[in-house]
Amino acid sequence: MLRSVFCLIVVLLFHPTVEAQIQQGEGMRPSLQGPNLDISLDGLFAAAYFSEPEHLNFGGHDPNQTGFTLQNLELTLGATVDPYARADAHIIYLIDEEGESILEIEEAYLTTLALPHRLQMIGGQFFTRFGRTNPIHPHAWNFADQPVINNRLLGPDGLRNPGVQLSWLSLLPFYLELIGSIQNAGGETAVSFLSNEEVFPKIFPDLKFEERDVRRFEDLLYMTRIKNSWTPTDTVEVVQGVSGLFGPNAGGEDTYTKVFGFDFYGKWRPLNAVGGFPFVAVQTEVMWSYETSEDPNDNLLDRGVYLQGLWGFTRRWVAGARVDYVNGGDDADPLRDRRWRLSPNLTFYPSEFSKWRLQYNVDRAEHLDDKPLHAVFLQFEFLIGSHGAHQF
Amino acid sequence: MPKTEDLMKTILMVLFGVLFAFGSARAAPLRVVTTTEDLAAIVREIGGPLVEVESLARGSQDPHFLEARPSLMLKASRADLFVQVGLGLEAGWASSVLVGARNPAIQHGASGYLDASRGIQPLDVPSGPVDRSQGDVHPFGNPHYWLDPENGKIIARTIAERLAALRPESAGRIEENRKGFERRLDEAIAGWKKRMAPYEGTPVVTYHNSWAYFARRFGLRVVGYVEPKSGIPPSPAHIQQLIQHMKREKVKVIIIDPYFARSTPDLIARETGARVLVLPPSVGGVEGIRTYFDLFDYLIDQLTMALSKGY
Repeated sequence: MLRSVFCLIVVLLFHPTVEAQIQQGEGMRPSLQGPNLDISLDGLFAAAYFSEPEHLNFGGHDPNQTGFTLQNLELTLGATVDPYARADAHIIYLIDEEGESILEIEEAYLTTLALPHRLQMIGGQFFTRFGRTNPIHPHAWNFADQPVINNRLLGPDGLRNPGVQLSWLSLLPFYLELIGSIQNAGGETAVSFLSNEEVFPKIFPDLKFEERDVRRFEDLLYMTRIKNSWTPTDTVEVVQGVSGLFGPNAGGEDTYTKVFGFDFYGKWRPLNAVGGFPFVAVQTEVMWSYETSEDPNDNLLDRGVYLQGLWGFTRRWVAGARVDYVNGGDDADPLRDRRWRLSPNLTFYPSEFSKWRLQYNVDRAEHLDDKPLHAVFLQFEFLIGSHGAHQF
Repeated sequence: MPKTEDLMKTILMVLFGVLFAFGSARAAPLRVVTTTEDLAAIVREIGGPLVEVESLARGSQDPHFLEARPSLMLKASRADLFVQVGLGLEAGWASSVLVGARNPAIQHGASGYLDASRGIQPLDVPSGPVDRSQGDVHPFGNPHYWLDPENGKIIARTIAERLAALRPESAGRIEENRKGFERRLDEAIAGWKKRMAPYEGTPVVTYHNSWAYFARRFGLRVVGYVEPKSGIPPSPAHIQQLIQHMKREKVKVIIIDPYFARSTPDLIARETGARVLVLPPSVGGVEGIRTYFDLFDYLIDQLTMALSKGY
């Protein structure tokens, strides 16, 4: 399977007609316009050192061992389908800690372009648009690893599943978008919900896994989000949102999980910026979840936050720092204990299509008696082909 | 649980209900969103009071590097017509703005989508294979074509055709405006060329390859760039080579766009005795440049002033 998919990549990347379509724009992450096919391949690798072999980087695309990690190799395809819709697919390959090659259908979805009244529908397999980080592909993260609260509540690979999403850009004079989605609640990428027999016990070791069939609408996963943006000046833009998730979990016949979140992103960039520099960006997400179980005494409450800042201090260079705090109220469980993490980093972009990132993590986890764990990552990325712009 | 569930269901019902609830409405004047101030200025000339125009990029911004911000999507969501420069200038952000705008009237292929490069004969179209080792090369040609005022007439024609198609009842007035614009532009071009005539063949260096069309029209000879490759910051080796080349060619003016850092051009200027001339490539790039005519008046004023001093 992997071999045939890689053959497809090679054929697509080097096929003369596709090569001719590759847009060499001067903008960030050029995107081909028109009916042609956007195709790109992104490689994200890391060299890592962990002070302890039993490290705390549980993210599916995090650097995962002292040595080297292929964090993701992402094949992206996208094009307009017809006058009414466009389609995008993101197919991911990675090599896990055991050296196994993994293939993930990260996203493959249709986006409508022609619905009236500022409506837009997405259908297929897609990241749930909960908060800021969850829908972002690993190569576009500002840090080498996933925020801890995202890892705990939305899963090591991010929350994603087949489903449908409808969003509406309001008629108000400022940006206000309402988003609602319905997706399957099961599978390994819905860890806080129905999940599956393999993953659920790892996340909730104290709960019994209950195989649940989907019999009614309440057995699906629902997300609502309100997103607002405003521009206090020509050089500053702020995006903020509140999100809610509701779906069944596998802890019993009628058990459910609710997750809520607030997110904020603000960016300053002067009008005379060169290549996007300088800039200052601040981002935070606060999340909390409530999981019920058969025995109300086993109900779980998890919460956490991260706050990060980025300073593009000169062309091609970005300094950043992120602070994570999570607390699930169980001092012995590595996935639910109280934990702090600080992650300063420095990123160099030789061009819009490659980067080098040095990051240091210091982690203090309650189940390890707050003994500091250290990690250093040297990450690099390349991007070839035509890749659409990322979310602001 | 029931309260949360009810709230979520209500929000979802509202969202789906909106699909069917609203009637369509179209208001005059025609709302036009352009990617740059230059296109906005030409649309204003042609559309006059028939249009309301807004540019997504400010004149002082590098239009290559905008981001697909929600505020841009909001502006595009209200537009009846979207006009872009094309040739890859806005490749990094315009498509995402259009998708986010969720406005079927201005999507690619719709009558409200217009690429103003139609009809332009682009310069610097690569003749061989293109890849990113050559820097940020535009495979379809140099996108800075509005800096040739003769191209301004082609852009005006393209815009006028589309405005007339969208507002057929005003086609006569639009054509009248276009003809008036073209006539005034012809007169102005003759004046600008006359003022630049004494400097025909003068060698100049530019920071980025954004002045090719302007140089061709007004007889300047671009003999080098501060960037070693398009979009790639200068290296010490390239700067040394450029200094030697400028001395050989007796280059006295280095033209830079306002958003590029002056430190390297200033260094080169000190070594070569040349002068750094900061020229805005767009309407709105400097206070007081409000129209397409203002832009060339300013550029010609600045250039003739610099060149007449014999730098």
